[in-house]
Amino acid sequence: MAEIKNYTMNFGPQHPAAHGVLRLVLELDGEVIERADPHIGLLHRATEKLAEHKTFLQAVPYMDRLDYVSMMLNEHAYVMAVEKLAGIDVPIRAQYIRVMFDEITRVLNHLLWLGASALDIGAMSPMFYTFRDREELLDAYEAVSGARMHAAYYRPGGVYRDLPDSMPQYQASKIHNAAAVKKMNESRQGSLLDYMEDFTNRFPKCVDEYETLLTDNRIWKQRTVGIGVVSPERAMALGFTGPMLRGSGVVWDLRKKQPYEVYDRIDFDIPVGVEGDCYDRYLVRIEEMRQSNRIIKQCIDWLRKNPGPVMSDNLKYAPPGRESMKQNMEELIHHFKLFSEGFHVPAGEVYSAVEHAKGEFGIYMVSDGANKPYRMKIRAAGFAHLSSLDEMVRGHMLADLVAIIGTQDIVFGEIDR
Amino acid sequence: MATDLNILSSNINEAFSGKVVSLTERLGELTLVVNARDMLPTLLRLRDDADLRFEELIDVCGMDYSAYGSESCEEGKYLPDAPREGSRFAAVYHLLSITHNIRLRVRVFAEDDEMPILDSVTAIWPVANWFEREAFDLYGIIFVGHPDLRRILTDYGFVGNPFRKDFPLSGTVEMRYDAEQRRVIYEPVSIEPREITPRSVREENYGRS
Repeated sequence: MAEIKNYTMNFGPQHPAAHGVLRLVLELDGEVIERADPHIGLLHRATEKLAEHKTFLQAVPYMDRLDYVSMMLNEHAYVMAVEKLAGIDVPIRAQYIRVMFDEITRVLNHLLWLGASALDIGAMSPMFYTFRDREELLDAYEAVSGARMHAAYYRPGGVYRDLPDSMPQYQASKIHNAAAVKKMNESRQGSLLDYMEDFTNRFPKCVDEYETLLTDNRIWKQRTVGIGVVSPERAMALGFTGPMLRGSGVVWDLRKKQPYEVYDRIDFDIPVGVEGDCYDRYLVRIEEMRQSNRIIKQCIDWLRKNPGPVMSDNLKYAPPGRESMKQNMEELIHHFKLFSEGFHVPAGEVYSAVEHAKGEFGIYMVSDGANKPYRMKIRAAGFAHLSSLDEMVRGHMLADLVAIIGTQDIVFGEIDR
Repeated sequence: MATDLNILSSNINEAFSGKVVSLTERLGELTLVVNARDMLPTLLRLRDDADLRFEELIDVCGMDYSAYGSESCEEGKYLPDAPREGSRFAAVYHLLSITHNIRLRVRVFAEDDEMPILDSVTAIWPVANWFEREAFDLYGIIFVGHPDLRRILTDYGFVGNPFRKDFPLSGTVEMRYDAEQRRVIYEPVSIEPREITPRSVREENYGRS
């Protein structure tokens, strides 16, 4: 009789379902996974070490490149850490702008997650739907910061500039004639706020479309219901945060429990799962998109009514206005010092966390009073989630592994840092 | 929040009387320092005591205090200006209590600078597994009792602990594909270390007469 033994299989790092550069060494018994050993670090860039050699302001763009599908949320944790340590007050309008862009970013992240994880499981269409709508949000990013993805828009002390009054327009080309371009530009006639309002009015219908494709889809349910079940106690022990924790039924959201910026003035609900399987986590994320839409709407209303400064007037930390800099010696000196030597942050240590689209994203910053951080530790939600992969996939079939990687919302930019 | 912190600090002082090296509150955050030999019972009690109940370990962060407050930088390495007092390496644990909605930071110094050794908390919080592997990889802190202490973020076969302050920013080796040998080879780095903006530390209350 033939001897039956387990065999080891390599998965990734160049695999379309590995969401980047995940290498897994799998021990299989037939098609059942006995053990999964993720090998990470293929995208390790030592962001934390680089930040130790940069001034506080120079490290902001590195934050975009951590979790490169939810850029501004990363920046948010970083600038909050600097502000807390230095005691900088942020103008209220900048706080609303940050909340609005946090939620835009959350929608961006969940849209990519939805498209990609449905594609992993074999549903092609959601990808096209989600990327259609993602494009509009990336246009909002571009209008406000000049960059579609790596915005560097949040700065210690506020945001880089106020919201623009006009949106960039499409130009007629060989591919789109004048009539087509006119239709594409219809929503771009007013300011960024008009554009976003138009989007928020249409977006709930878009979410309904995704749900039509997936929520009652028999194949989708067969692939996700009862897969990767995590109990609430286990989820806490494994360090889960964000939708992964809420999917297991733990009511925990930093926006509600430890509100930062103006989240305590905004009305929204926290969706929570019951079973703790991949399907519940899918439902949680879908509902989060609807809630984010509500938050964006409230921010638009407030921002329309309340003009004001978007950057702190503390010139020791925030750059002076362009005009005053050209006319005023004192301001010129401040500008020069801020962008050459950088500002000094008082000695101390601080941990600031935001409710990132993937979970709790935290920055632990230690300063010794220099113009550069002494140590900056990035707490990425995905790192804790991926470390539990072994436990979650044990006893599942090989095909379920892909569903579980998908549900964890893995992005290697933040895991490898 | 401030009253919560007061209650928490009195609970901690009560629960660990004699073991607390220091307990400080700053910027609305509480930091507890304990000795390495007391860390396991302390952390276990922090998780299980009904008044504390820190059921989630958010983060474990390795620390190298060797160049704290120093301005010296040579060839991409940060070096101490003057001999320092106290231990060089520490691990910083960020705990979160979901029940009481409160956070706590616990810092444990490793006593030996040449061979930093701490106890592993993987038995208390399984999530510590990868965080401790990371601190081991980047700082060379050894966690006793860890089930699988391997490098995690650096390359296969990497030498050194890259986040130590005396490790150069540019690293020590670079890699490229060699057409003659038809394989990837490692060579000493060819880029010159440079520091565009020097690191400078200002005294307390500078410019705030």
